[in-house]
Amino acid sequence: MLKVRDLVVAYGGIEALKGISIDVPEGQIVTLIGANGAGKSTLLRTIMGLEKPRSGSVEYNEENLKGLNSQHIVTRGITLVPEGRRVFPNLTVLENLRIGAYLRKDEDGILKDIQRIYELFPRLEERNWQMAGTLSGGEQQMLALGRALMCRPKLIMMDEPSLGLAPLVIKEIFNIIRRINESGTTVLLVEQNANMALKVAHHAYVLETGRIKMEGSGRELLENEEIKEAYLGKKKK
Amino acid sequence: MELFQAIANMTAASFAQHMVNGISLGSLYALIAIGYTMVYGILLMINFAHADIVMMACYFAFFGITAFHIPWYLTFIGTIIATALLGVTIERSAYRPLRDAPKNSVLISAIGASFLLENLANYIFSGRPMNFPEIPFLSSIITVGSIKIQAICLFIPVVTVICLCILLHIVNHTKTGMAMRAVSKDYEIARVMGVNIDNIISITFAIGSALAAVGAIMWGIRYPGITPYLGVMPGLKCFIAAVVGGIGNIKGAVIGGFILGMGEILIVAFFPQFSGYRDAFAFIVLILILFYKPTGLLGEKTTEKV
Repeated sequence: MLKVRDLVVAYGGIEALKGISIDVPEGQIVTLIGANGAGKSTLLRTIMGLEKPRSGSVEYNEENLKGLNSQHIVTRGITLVPEGRRVFPNLTVLENLRIGAYLRKDEDGILKDIQRIYELFPRLEERNWQMAGTLSGGEQQMLALGRALMCRPKLIMMDEPSLGLAPLVIKEIFNIIRRINESGTTVLLVEQNANMALKVAHHAYVLETGRIKMEGSGRELLENEEIKEAYLGKKKK
Repeated sequence: MELFQAIANMTAASFAQHMVNGISLGSLYALIAIGYTMVYGILLMINFAHADIVMMACYFAFFGITAFHIPWYLTFIGTIIATALLGVTIERSAYRPLRDAPKNSVLISAIGASFLLENLANYIFSGRPMNFPEIPFLSSIITVGSIKIQAICLFIPVVTVICLCILLHIVNHTKTGMAMRAVSKDYEIARVMGVNIDNIISITFAIGSALAAVGAIMWGIRYPGITPYLGVMPGLKCFIAAVVGGIGNIKGAVIGGFILGMGEILIVAFFPQFSGYRDAFAFIVLILILFYKPTGLLGEKTTEKV
């Protein structure tokens, strides 16, 4: 579905991605794990059109996304749940969901989808008319997920959805991610919480300072000694 | 003490007169201040050319009526449209190419656009003050008891309230307004949602300039001497009004406009000996507000949740 080939992205003279290739097959959850500064967010931002690559290509269903703006990329069915949630604090919960459906014209479908998201996150419905800025971190993350779903994405990219959340809330978020995937949406997940991410992922990549260091199925990497030590906080036996 | 004496000396009639003057000046400030605050809200820049957009609108209306003999009501509609286009054109040519440049560059470009408009007007229209044409009925003087009021003074607040209602409806209850609010907080994510940022910015400039045109037309009827620099002082005061109200906040700009307009008139009314300082009033208010509430009356503190 999504093919990234030899992608190089630089900020000024510093290369954040030094030639990265990944594949995201349709219907799967693919995760990218790695430490701070490994280039995870940069990869997602580049796919979304927020950064311009220096070289390499991003292909989505055989179409080259290079040179397209975010507002065009979203029409292809790709969306991003950004790092730090970034809900619109001055818009109500309902408006945040509605702006997720900004390009859609089917009012009936939009209403139905809002209802569906409220079923997924009942807490958002209670806060329907509240400004998103007044929500708790966990609620904001749910809203950011709901907002992204409102454009009926085929591929949803999530940048550290567990960041700064309580363990119980993280569990809930990951359950939702699984459910989103089961309903047919492909997921590209970037996480520092390697343990949770590898458990839900079909396939995983390990990113280290701009390069892919390792790849494999989620389970393979969970059991890999090196990964255990570097990312899962377990000592080598 | 002096103040009480001044109030005591004032008859109810002259007080009413001053109130009418204050409200109409406040309304005009409010209409112009909205343009500053909306552009700041979205681009985080001060559109210095806004004051000169007001001036250009006065000339559009002036020439429409005097040179082209278009009926005044059609001229006014045409002026509003032309001014909106002018605002959009300035944004496209002077600000859009600098979208990714540092904020200071845009600010300098805005000052440049302002000077360009002033000097262009000076060159084309000459610096001699021209007399804004009299509009039947609106320019006439109505006498109620011992108060004499120019009819336009009664229309200004009404027109302002209507404009404000339409504006608040657009901003708060339409899809475009929702996108404007979203862009003002986070244009990158708004773009990810599929919002065309450039369109939204153009619409913002169009609306701000159209309101400035409405203000300018009424300004011209009320204060008929128009010159290429007529926008400078009101522009400065309206910018202050936007800051006093909390820049980026539309209701704040309106409140700020009224505070400055009313204050200016009442100072002259109560302390005629200070009337030479009427322009200083706005700046005193600015200093006080920056001292005691730097975010402005309705300005929000920016807090971030981690």
